[in-house]
Amino acid sequence: MVALTSAAAVVSAPRRHRLRVWRGIILALAAAYFLIPLYAGLRFSFQDDAGHWSLYALRAIPSQVGFTGAFWLSIKLAFTTLVGTLVLMVPTTIYIHLHLPRVRRLLEFVTVLPIVIPPIVLILGVLRAAPIWLKASPYLLSLMYVILTMPFVYRSLDAGISAIDLKTLVEASRSLGANGPQTLWRVILPNLRAGILSASVLTLALVLGEFTMASLDLWTTLPVWIYQFQQTDGHIATMVSMLSLIGTWVLITVMVSLDRSESRRSRRKAEVA
Amino acid sequence: MSEPGLAEDAPATGEVDELSTSRVAVGARRWRGLRRVAAVAPFVVYTFLGLGIPILAVIDYAFRNPRGQLTLANVSTITHGTYLLGFENSILLATLTSVIPGLLGLTLAYAIATSRSPFLRRMIATASGVLANFGGINLTFMFIATLGSTGILTSWLAAIHLNPWNLGFNLYSFYGVAFVYLYFQVPLMVLVITPALGALRPAWREAASNLGASTWRFWRHVGLPVLLPSVLGGMLLLFGSSFAAYATAQTLTAGTVTLAPIQIGNLLNGNAISGQENIGYAIGFGMFAVLAVTMILYGLIQRRASKWLR
Repeated sequence: MVALTSAAAVVSAPRRHRLRVWRGIILALAAAYFLIPLYAGLRFSFQDDAGHWSLYALRAIPSQVGFTGAFWLSIKLAFTTLVGTLVLMVPTTIYIHLHLPRVRRLLEFVTVLPIVIPPIVLILGVLRAAPIWLKASPYLLSLMYVILTMPFVYRSLDAGISAIDLKTLVEASRSLGANGPQTLWRVILPNLRAGILSASVLTLALVLGEFTMASLDLWTTLPVWIYQFQQTDGHIATMVSMLSLIGTWVLITVMVSLDRSESRRSRRKAEVA
Repeated sequence: MSEPGLAEDAPATGEVDELSTSRVAVGARRWRGLRRVAAVAPFVVYTFLGLGIPILAVIDYAFRNPRGQLTLANVSTITHGTYLLGFENSILLATLTSVIPGLLGLTLAYAIATSRSPFLRRMIATASGVLANFGGINLTFMFIATLGSTGILTSWLAAIHLNPWNLGFNLYSFYGVAFVYLYFQVPLMVLVITPALGALRPAWREAASNLGASTWRFWRHVGLPVLLPSVLGGMLLLFGSSFAAYATAQTLTAGTVTLAPIQIGNLLNGNAISGQENIGYAIGFGMFAVLAVTMILYGLIQRRASKWLR
């Protein structure tokens, strides 16, 4: 037995070495494929037309025609979508978990549909079916973005609710004399913080980068502006595009780390108590 | 927003006689039923208006001529000529960018799963989540700066006399689009396949080698059969994602590449010949059909795959 084990070890040592070499090569290639374009984009945005290192693109952004309008439109759409998504999805998901567990499968199916249905086809139908007063408003996009974010939002909330003992929390809250809204606001929502946070991050990221629906609905959101502006100045357009990427990442990191430090603090508090 | 009825049906006190108790119970049940309907109504109404109506509108207009009469002309138009080519190209593109990134993503996920560094694993998981949602204008600019005719990688390769543009590569073409799609398809596959790799228990590997199986025999008889449904399922998901994508192909090629979603965009932007205004809806209907088949296959495969994931 001992001899057998050591023989196996002798055989597997070069194999393990070979595996490690392969892993190194694969990871290096992947890193090159994913990092070179990022580097190229950043370098291009910090160059002028002659190819010299320059900050002119960064300085020139605020004074470009249409930039401010596009930027604020995107921000407004992002936050109206966020509010709409949370107001629609949070109570519905909680209620179904509590009182209609049999409907969960159906909810899962409905919320996966927006992944299956291409946004381009959806906006095609919307532009035909929506009433004119709604088509005249940019907030038609917010209403549609609520649909587009449903798969991610539902999944985040569902995971968050499954991680806590919702029923016990609600019963405890009720037996202590809280009414429905109090239970929702003071007991359930604080416990769902992580799920709501990740749903919000995904929603903001999706809305700030959405191009298909906005361009076909003829609203100049930030991505649409960047696309149109590349004919005027590619360096500025690329700079805005890289900044919007970095901005989204910073937003995600800040929200996630806020949550982490918050939960660490509450854990520490619980330990002290 | 309706208030979710958390403080529902207070327990009835037992002071009343049997008859009125049951009457109260019936009333309470009806009241509860109404409440349930009211609680899910906003969601149901919203998805019906925002998802159901547009889908029905697409299907409806696919079978009508511009004067509103029922017709099969649109559907027959898209099965010929340039629109048929659009579908063929889209399906070819989706196949290429599901099989190749599927295999690459599987390799990458395996390399990560077998590594002993938890830091690497966590980093790749986060990066995959971010990169899988990449696309559109940002991705386009990054690749123009990389592989455009004056891009960084182009100039590096040109320095060793391998300028891809001289070798027949064109970023703004079908294969250029396919190459760029790898950027979000590979991370998507890593995300989808990593849980399945976790189901491949190390104990099986040890058991197989104790029974004298070589590496090849282990993969042939244990590894691949276990992984195959998950891999195929993942590839179908990639197929759907690539088939439906519009923003990246549109911004990269300015709508010049012949793909079904790009054709819809062009028609919607007012490039329709008179009498063919509803062709876009027929293309949309065709895309539904392709995606429906994909999703049915995915559902069937998923049922098999879940056997090993428990």
